[in-house]
Amino acid sequence: MATKFTPKDVSRIARLANIPVSEKEENTLADEFTKTIAVVDKLNTLDVSNVPKTHMTGLKNVCREDVIDTERMFSQEEALKNATKTASGYIVVDRVIEQEE
Amino acid sequence: MKFNTLTLANAIALLRTKKISHKELYRDIFAVIDNKNKELHIYLSLDREASKKAEKNTSLPLAGIPIAVKDNFSTRFLPTTASAKMLEDFHPPYESTVTKRLVEKGGVIIGKTNLDAWAHGSSTETSDFGPTKNPRNTAHVPGGSSGGSAAAVAADMCITSIGSETAGSIRVPAAWCGAVGLKPTYGRVPRTGVVAMGSSLDSPGPLAKTVEDAAILLSVIAGRDPYDATTGDAVVRDYKKCLQKGIRGFKVGICYMDHPDLKGTQISRSVGEAGKLFKSLGATVDIVPMSHNLRPHAIMTPDHAIGVYTVVQRSEVSSNLARYDGIRYGRERSSFGAEAKRRIMLGTFTLSRGYADKYYIRAEQVRNMYIKNFHELFSHYDILISSPTPGYALKFGESEGNPMFGELTDVLNEPSALAGITAVSVPCYWDEKTGLPLGLSIMADHWQEEKVLRAAYAFEQNTNWNPWAKQKI
Repeated sequence: MATKFTPKDVSRIARLANIPVSEKEENTLADEFTKTIAVVDKLNTLDVSNVPKTHMTGLKNVCREDVIDTERMFSQEEALKNATKTASGYIVVDRVIEQEE
Repeated sequence: MKFNTLTLANAIALLRTKKISHKELYRDIFAVIDNKNKELHIYLSLDREASKKAEKNTSLPLAGIPIAVKDNFSTRFLPTTASAKMLEDFHPPYESTVTKRLVEKGGVIIGKTNLDAWAHGSSTETSDFGPTKNPRNTAHVPGGSSGGSAAAVAADMCITSIGSETAGSIRVPAAWCGAVGLKPTYGRVPRTGVVAMGSSLDSPGPLAKTVEDAAILLSVIAGRDPYDATTGDAVVRDYKKCLQKGIRGFKVGICYMDHPDLKGTQISRSVGEAGKLFKSLGATVDIVPMSHNLRPHAIMTPDHAIGVYTVVQRSEVSSNLARYDGIRYGRERSSFGAEAKRRIMLGTFTLSRGYADKYYIRAEQVRNMYIKNFHELFSHYDILISSPTPGYALKFGESEGNPMFGELTDVLNEPSALAGITAVSVPCYWDEKTGLPLGLSIMADHWQEEKVLRAAYAFEQNTNWNPWAKQKI
């Protein structure tokens, strides 16, 4: 059965993805997602019962010593250069913990 | 002769023997940039002091030649925007491994080129800063996402350039602009410092005037990097020295010719001609039949790859673009363009609880079928040939209103991208009326860049489709 996205589905995904979307966008995106997933659903015509679930490129995990590479060290100035808001050498972030009333 | 038209190999030779000076070379390069960049919109930023840096580099392998770099490679001396409003003011505090290697070998990054925002697209129309025009015919797109780099080569606004591919982003603009584009094996060239899109797919590589130029660049940028764990220990050759070995004894398979998008087209005739040429040069050439399902001695239809690629790429995009929260750098998440929003959200959905098995896991399984398919085919064949695109560069606006435009344009490149193998696109036809080119795609197994380059060089030398290849100095 075809998957159909409603504006409410889009609003839920938008919240998960932390993307602000307008009501108008919710409608367009619902329509676009429905079309896109219809193409993806064609994969159901293939039998994958004997195929491994993780992809096999033959790559292995690589470890290295955790040594300081001075060439890659940033000065405080460099590290803060691109931040939108800084205070006394720190990056200012939005509060994520609710305040006690 | 205007020196900006020189190939990389010829420019190095002339600079080293002092037959031309850096001043003359950079004068001609900047003259064409000043003349055409406003119309074509290729460079987003330029280093006007480049020629001064170049003069010190004569004795180094790249001899101070000017290189155009796609604007998703971090560079300390030029901004890095990925053509996204989000990163409009971003000045990276470190250098990508690729640009670092180019500069260490004597190359000079002359400027950063336009791309689809975040490399999300196949036309360079979705750049937040406006599209790039195809220098061969300005009513048409250059392809993408490395459209700026391919166009810089086509317009002789650089000597050579660097792009990156996730699925088609080097090969398609190379084909549509009449340049040589090499997509290396995944892990051959480090991704360190490249704005991430699909981390299991991203492959930086050269967009060049000739196969020889692509070979020279590959030898400089390839090889293990401790900061990219996917880079392999596979030996990096001096690829330029391998080119003339020819393809006698090669087993060549022609692919996808029975695909409905290709039947009866000019490109299918051109690929057929390439097959005949390879046969005359001592290769054995077969047509590989296409199948709906995985079966031996046949190539699985690329059509399933659209769904696989859509899910894998959007899932990886949603994860990679989560870091842009406007706190450490960049702007707020509301500044993402429409295409980025679509991709992040769909990827969030395909990875979300209850849907990951249905979409992401199934996509990875079908991806495994493609990997197995190529593995089996490359036990019989040295190279597989086809085309990166079913037709010529599209006109502006043709992609509008299609949320899957990129996936459909790149269909012929998606299976090879998903399998992580190497491929090159070389010019193989020019339409006389429109001035637009087509590309021949040559694919080989993991780490077999030498094979694709040898075959591409043989094609280029034995045909007249690439005028740069015959450049006399």
